[in-house]
Amino acid sequence: MYSGFKVMIGLEVHAQITSLKTKLFCSCPSNYREKPPNTNVCPVCLGLPGSLPVLNKKAIEEAVKVALALNSTPSKVLIFTRKHYFYPDLPKNYQISQYDGVGSAPLAKGGYIVISPTRGVEKVVRIRRINVEEDPGRIVYPYGSISASPYSLIDYNRSGIALLEIVTEPDLESPREARCFIQKLLSILEHLGVTDPKLEGAVRVDANVSVGGGERVEIKNIGSPKDVEKALAYEIARQLSIIRSGGKVIRETRHWDKSKGVTIAGRAKELEEDYRYFPDPDLPAIPIDKSLIDRLLSELPELPDERVSRLIREYGLTRYVASVIVTSGKDLADFFEEVVRQCGSPQLVSSILVNELLRWVDELNVDLREGIKRLNKDRLCKIISYYNNNLINIKLLKNYIKEVIVNNAEPEALVRQGYVTIRDCRVLEAVIDEVIRENPKAVSDALKNPKVINYLVGQVMLKTKCRADPRITNELIVRRLRSLGNVS
Amino acid sequence: MDREVLTLSGLRAKLAENPKFLYEYIEFIYDVIDAVEGKVKAFITLRSKDDVLREADRVVDKLIEGRAGRLAGALLAVKDNIVTKGLRTTCASKILSDFIPPYNATVVDRILREDAIIIGKTNMDEFAMGSTTENSAFFPTRNPWDLSRVPGGSSGGSAAAVSALEATAALGTDTGGSVRAPAAFTATVGLKPTYGLVSRYGLIAYASSMDQVGPIGRTVTDVSIILDVISGRDVKDATSTHSRGGYREATVEPFKVLHPKLRVAVIEELVVGGVEKPVKHSFLRTLRKLESNGIDVIWLNMPISRYSLPAYYIIAMAEASSNLARYDGIRYGLHESVEGRPWYEVYTNVRTRGFGKEVKHRILLGSFVLSAGYYDEYYLRASKVRKIVRDSLLAILREHDAVISPTMPVLPPKLGERIADPLKLYAIDINTVLANLAGVPAISIPSDIVNDLPVAVQLMGNEFDEVRLVALARVVEGIINLAPLVPPLVRRYV
Repeated sequence: MYSGFKVMIGLEVHAQITSLKTKLFCSCPSNYREKPPNTNVCPVCLGLPGSLPVLNKKAIEEAVKVALALNSTPSKVLIFTRKHYFYPDLPKNYQISQYDGVGSAPLAKGGYIVISPTRGVEKVVRIRRINVEEDPGRIVYPYGSISASPYSLIDYNRSGIALLEIVTEPDLESPREARCFIQKLLSILEHLGVTDPKLEGAVRVDANVSVGGGERVEIKNIGSPKDVEKALAYEIARQLSIIRSGGKVIRETRHWDKSKGVTIAGRAKELEEDYRYFPDPDLPAIPIDKSLIDRLLSELPELPDERVSRLIREYGLTRYVASVIVTSGKDLADFFEEVVRQCGSPQLVSSILVNELLRWVDELNVDLREGIKRLNKDRLCKIISYYNNNLINIKLLKNYIKEVIVNNAEPEALVRQGYVTIRDCRVLEAVIDEVIRENPKAVSDALKNPKVINYLVGQVMLKTKCRADPRITNELIVRRLRSLGNVS
Repeated sequence: MDREVLTLSGLRAKLAENPKFLYEYIEFIYDVIDAVEGKVKAFITLRSKDDVLREADRVVDKLIEGRAGRLAGALLAVKDNIVTKGLRTTCASKILSDFIPPYNATVVDRILREDAIIIGKTNMDEFAMGSTTENSAFFPTRNPWDLSRVPGGSSGGSAAAVSALEATAALGTDTGGSVRAPAAFTATVGLKPTYGLVSRYGLIAYASSMDQVGPIGRTVTDVSIILDVISGRDVKDATSTHSRGGYREATVEPFKVLHPKLRVAVIEELVVGGVEKPVKHSFLRTLRKLESNGIDVIWLNMPISRYSLPAYYIIAMAEASSNLARYDGIRYGLHESVEGRPWYEVYTNVRTRGFGKEVKHRILLGSFVLSAGYYDEYYLRASKVRKIVRDSLLAILREHDAVISPTMPVLPPKLGERIADPLKLYAIDINTVLANLAGVPAISIPSDIVNDLPVAVQLMGNEFDEVRLVALARVVEGIINLAPLVPPLVRRYV
């Protein structure tokens, strides 16, 4: 609820099936990234006159796997449908897609994903349908945006890449839930090995949102779960302000401008566009037999929910920590298990990953994969062994993690620089002397109220750049205060 | 030129004896072309004699070495909606008037592999939409039997080229009769194979669920030789299927594959109604000839056939509206400067300028029948009719060796006579569309000359049973015994 208004959000997630070697309907390589424009093409994906699509059967296995993992029911027969609209990135001016209508069928219908938007809360988000379709080409604006560019260029290298379209029911009620949903979905796709969400442009989201039962607005082409959250938050605020000032939200398509952090009006949608769907006569219907489904079911790998349960069981993690690790991406969960396998300490490792790694990755706005690469297994295990051997305290450990991730520092180098816990009482007492001299008021307070001792410990930490051993420091301060008399 | 070598099979026999005869043959064909092409206008793109002679050297060498393919030396005319690498392919449309394909259609690869020589690309109704070849964006083709008349269509250029001795044989395409209609009007043989028997890869789509490439030749054996070459599964066409082959053999010894007691069905609805009197009388004479040669003729009814024409046109137009969406002038074809103008304006201009009237007609009607609210009423209903037509026809074909009818209900019309009224024009497809709706094979063979104009019968066979269809057609051809027909225009060359 947003100040009494109910928010309804439905998502259309487009995820490329990046596990395939070739495009959906031709033999062009599916790895189109970083190739010179219009070099990864053939008569089929350029839609040249006379060319015909031939289905990449592997794509259907991958898509059915996804359907099964999302508790969705695969269609008994695979039917491709032509969806017509004119747009320069679409070489045939129709997209080979699927459709839920007479004579057609989506790949799968129904299903759900359980998300955990806040600690201890579980929510079921229903899936409406799953389609397999071809990706259009890519429009390139030479000056960055539509408005700044006097012309646009088209690169068809992406044209014909296999795409999954996963459509939810409008069950999501906040931007945070939307983000959680997408993260969970991507984690599932990653665990299945179907989609590598880290590849640029592999996942794009359209979000439909309405506030207080008003018209729904579609925000097109959002690139990441984080941006979905931001775009929705912006859009909800925008719609609320319209409603509050007595206006009416109009039904339209908007675009997410990532750099400005706003949604921009696209075309108004007064009428539902007529896509003139009809079954593609070039692609005969193919039965999806039970034997295929049975085989794929038996081959399904461990999925996020099962993995969360296992992490709880095997490593004693809390459900919250386990699900954060798993839904933040398969890489993180794999990293966790690798590290723990080598150096144990699952509680410490999980806490480092959830509270430190994710935080820094977020703050620096770098890829999680890059973060994991910097804080690799060797470095993290070293840091943990320093900690376990009391070479560094917990505060230093956190600083080590930060240094490694932010500055790509080597843990050994930090040790060599003497950046380790000070346990030498003489050194510590010298610092404590200083602190007591400089904080007479705190000292007299501490004599009355032992809680203030923490403040003095903090001052020692500050002066030692967190290097003081907190336990020893505490003891030394208590002893010193006692010698000053009257500590209760 | 010796009449014997006018057929593909005759030419093959002659070349087997004397490979160098190919040069003489090419000279002969180009002499005819020089004399008549200006009047007939069968070709949109004709290859130069020098180019063809150069290619012939290679074929002659292969013939001498005894490793020549099954179409060695055949000068084949190819309809201009079949893509040929490096050779302009226009679909007789302005919108593709400068389109040079970067690849070959599978059928083209297959005929070239068997050492055929492509002599040129033939005229047609724009995007194969028409039955007279008057809808070409460039010029109409004329019927070699009477230059004031149409050659039929849409493969009118291919049929006229074969008929006028400008080519050994030809490839056409047939969506609702486009191979059979011009074959009938030009006294050639035209075969529409079972849907799927021949790859559509590289055939520029009109109505994808009915389009098929088919051969046009002077005899049943000639088209069977070509069918042997072009048929069969192609990994590039998901709708293509395996071919049994052995079509030519079946025409050499038809009764090896046929039952001695032949039974052909006549569907009454295809003979009464719109069939012109001279055509009908000729057809009945043909039936009597067959009966006197021991073939049973069984009359029956197929009431659903009266809906076949509307069902056909609805499906064809719907698919056409979709298939022709890609012509927008951005990647190939007719181009317009895009500078300073929104893309949709450029699309609109290109499509307005590039498409002819009939094509626009069909795109509009096709878009309409697919639009929300009308889809069920038109497209879906037409699909249901199609299913019933198919089931009824297959039921008849289970009990009979073939269904026989006049191919065309009329004699070749004069230019301009039908084109003005689309309904009158569409009506002449009444007997041919059935085979496309049902997906079954059909062949048109010359059966008579009436008022100096060709008349033909059509035989429809069971799906994927071209072996028996061509065998039966060969038997009927033998009974009718017209021998390869040469129109008066070119008679002095033989």
